[in-house]
Amino acid sequence: MSPSTSPVSARNVGIVIVSHSPHVARGAEDMVRQMVGESVPLAACGGNPDGGLGTDVAAISAALDTAWSDRGVAVLVDLGGAEMNAEMAVEMLDESRRDRIRICNAAVVEGAVMAATEASMGSALTDVCAAAEDAI
Amino acid sequence: MPTMNKLCADVAAAVRANADALTELDRAIGDGDHGANLRRGFDAVAALGAELDAMPPGQALQKAGMTLVMKVGGASGPLYGSLLMGIGKSLAGAANPAPAGGTPSPSEIAEALRAGIDMVRQRGKSDAGDKTMLDVLIPVCEALDEGVSQSLPIPRLLDELGAAAARGLESTRALRARKGRASFLGERSIGHLDPGAGSGRIIIDALCASLRGTS
Repeated sequence: MSPSTSPVSARNVGIVIVSHSPHVARGAEDMVRQMVGESVPLAACGGNPDGGLGTDVAAISAALDTAWSDRGVAVLVDLGGAEMNAEMAVEMLDESRRDRIRICNAAVVEGAVMAATEASMGSALTDVCAAAEDAI
Repeated sequence: MPTMNKLCADVAAAVRANADALTELDRAIGDGDHGANLRRGFDAVAALGAELDAMPPGQALQKAGMTLVMKVGGASGPLYGSLLMGIGKSLAGAANPAPAGGTPSPSEIAEALRAGIDMVRQRGKSDAGDKTMLDVLIPVCEALDEGVSQSLPIPRLLDELGAAAARGLESTRALRARKGRASFLGERSIGHLDPGAGSGRIIIDALCASLRGTS
């Protein structure tokens, strides 16, 4: 699944959702949108390069671009491979952008909703990640 | 010496031939996609073809590693990708790096494998005894160091590497998984071979066969 696009609101921290499943990614994105509308830059991706269960570094890179905010991006991942592939995508960025991305240690769906809610209030990246990590 | 293109093609063929067996190992204690994921990744590496031979070995391995990262789609992509990128970076940074078509010295290869394994440790936040590919790679690296220090003839050295890989794989059977999805199974992971160690052995064996000219 290619990352979905959203109008970028660079005033708020962005959110990227990475799941092994394209359906989970899309569903979590829907739940976030229902909560925060268009107030937060948001992108979701799921599935391996062939579209099966897994994650795709190129799709994660594209999602980071889509949800980019100069205030930073919080990344929510589901299982180990998603985390490692997200790390690879982050490491491929310029150093100036790399430092503004955090991979949250949080449940992907609950974490994404809580992080986005926090971000919609204009909070800093650290607080957005803390909200995700306190979600359950 | 086989060309880099031939080495990669031989590894890809071995991964393809063993993909179903790897998937079986992974189905027992993981998510059952290891064979298919690695096949997709190594097929993409093999598809680089002659492009690999046009580059110095260090650069070619970095390119192959990045290809695995982009194509595998599971945790083994960043792990094997980091391994190859670490090896390639070390070879490219050697005092007199081998040019395109050239062969690094055994001691340069040993040094590079150590660097690659360090990258895998960092990427996976894991080490020996966690029931991962490192339980094959580390014994192979030790056997390579030992063989190089004793100046073993290449065929003997390759035998030692194959034996170390086999021992390493078998050692994972008694281990409790501490990384990846197998760790969710806790004690129930004991008694199964680790799929990542399984693919590690297949890759080492394929490399040895290719270097012997018997693949």
